[in-house]
Amino acid sequence: MHGQKAFLSGNEAVAAGVRLARPHVIAAYPITPQTTVIERLAEMVEDASLKAEYLHVESEHSALSACIGASAVGARTFTATSSQGLLYMAECLHYTSGGRFPVVMMNANRSLALPWNIYGDQRDSLSLLDCGWIQAYAEDAQESLDLIIQAYAIAEHPDVLTPMMINLDGFVITHTYELVSLPSQEGVDAFLPPFQTVNKMDLDHPMSLAFTAGPAYNQAFKQLQHQALLSASKVILDIEERFGQFFGRNYSGLIETMHCEDAEFILVTLGSVAGTVRPVVERLRSLGVRVGLVRIRYMRPFPDIEIRKALAGAKAVGVLEKDISFGYEGTVFTNVNSALSRSNVKPSRLLNFIGGLGGKDISAADIEHLFLRLKSTDDGETVAFI
Amino acid sequence: MNYPVWQRSFKPPKDLAEYPVGTAFPAGHLVETNASWRSQRPVIDAEKCSSCRICWLLCPDGVIHNTKPEGLEIDYDYCKGCGICAKECRQKAIRMENEGI
Repeated sequence: MHGQKAFLSGNEAVAAGVRLARPHVIAAYPITPQTTVIERLAEMVEDASLKAEYLHVESEHSALSACIGASAVGARTFTATSSQGLLYMAECLHYTSGGRFPVVMMNANRSLALPWNIYGDQRDSLSLLDCGWIQAYAEDAQESLDLIIQAYAIAEHPDVLTPMMINLDGFVITHTYELVSLPSQEGVDAFLPPFQTVNKMDLDHPMSLAFTAGPAYNQAFKQLQHQALLSASKVILDIEERFGQFFGRNYSGLIETMHCEDAEFILVTLGSVAGTVRPVVERLRSLGVRVGLVRIRYMRPFPDIEIRKALAGAKAVGVLEKDISFGYEGTVFTNVNSALSRSNVKPSRLLNFIGGLGGKDISAADIEHLFLRLKSTDDGETVAFI
Repeated sequence: MNYPVWQRSFKPPKDLAEYPVGTAFPAGHLVETNASWRSQRPVIDAEKCSSCRICWLLCPDGVIHNTKPEGLEIDYDYCKGCGICAKECRQKAIRMENEGI
């Protein structure tokens, strides 16, 4: 089931993954730093190496609306966006999840205006955590490609039937070239059967689609959405295990940990910055400092149990995120804190580091400084910009 | 013409397991009424009605039905009591009666 290796950017790896997943319909509107994904896909449709309807739409709102419509006739769909484009889709994000249409979308994490900026942070997707989508955060191009293929299996699973957003840090992942293993088409065809659903327009079984539900019935649909997202936690593990059997690459579920078993000082983060944290963890370990890393792979469903387990022995925990909920703290920090508050896991220090906004660089030296802050006993601000 | 009507035979889902996945369901199920804020109801006087059907034409909710040979019929499950039919009736055949509380 192993295919070829190729030198691809994160965006090109996503496009390669989408082609392997054989979507029927792609609708997208270009926006930096997502553009090269949909350029590659347009070329694939043009050279007939991908047999899909490629819809040229006039906005992101229309792109996702078109995917909803296509999904409502039982088609497998893909779209991609970023930043302002994702916000422009906001209304349709809820439509997609409420209608239980398993659309798969790539989002290139990028800052939000103003000041205008095209570089990476995660305020776009994290500000839309409540829209009912599964949200995954990749660390590199290989994981991006694998997540795309897994995403269709997860989103279309009958227990889930929920759209999924795969987030790649703008430029750092989307435009960085890496050696990527491409699964074979035969392998992906066997791993990912065609999309089947009863939730569709069907001439033999006519249904009213996208109906109204008044006060007596509406909340039940929301409860079902919540249940579906919670069910996704187990489905993700099952799909990853199956993916490992097919393609030889194994993933660790909702979070990935590094040296957490005996770590006193743990940094929790997500996305590409985890790649900067790793060598710092190794270096500090070689100096005898017991540090560890938790990389959150999925923000929804949220890995509360996994995080409690990983942080159980930590004296101090820092949450590093490229996001701020203005007037309070980072959203990832809020979620981690909430997970710990419902348990006996109480690190004596719990700090929130806000960094990388608008693409501000986070260096290895910065990360080392964060670990030293966790190790020190100074009572600085709980929420600190780095 | 057939109008959709409240299907009294509809059995509401007993628990979450009986709800459909997503918002797709066999068509034709009007499962809720929508008239609770009506303070007055229009009543047609069959003696005065000339069957001109101006009320049928102008009802903004489309709840005056023209399907029975014996005359026009108002669907009180969906009539909002706006009174446009009574105002427009040239025969003064529609009166607005106060709803009980």
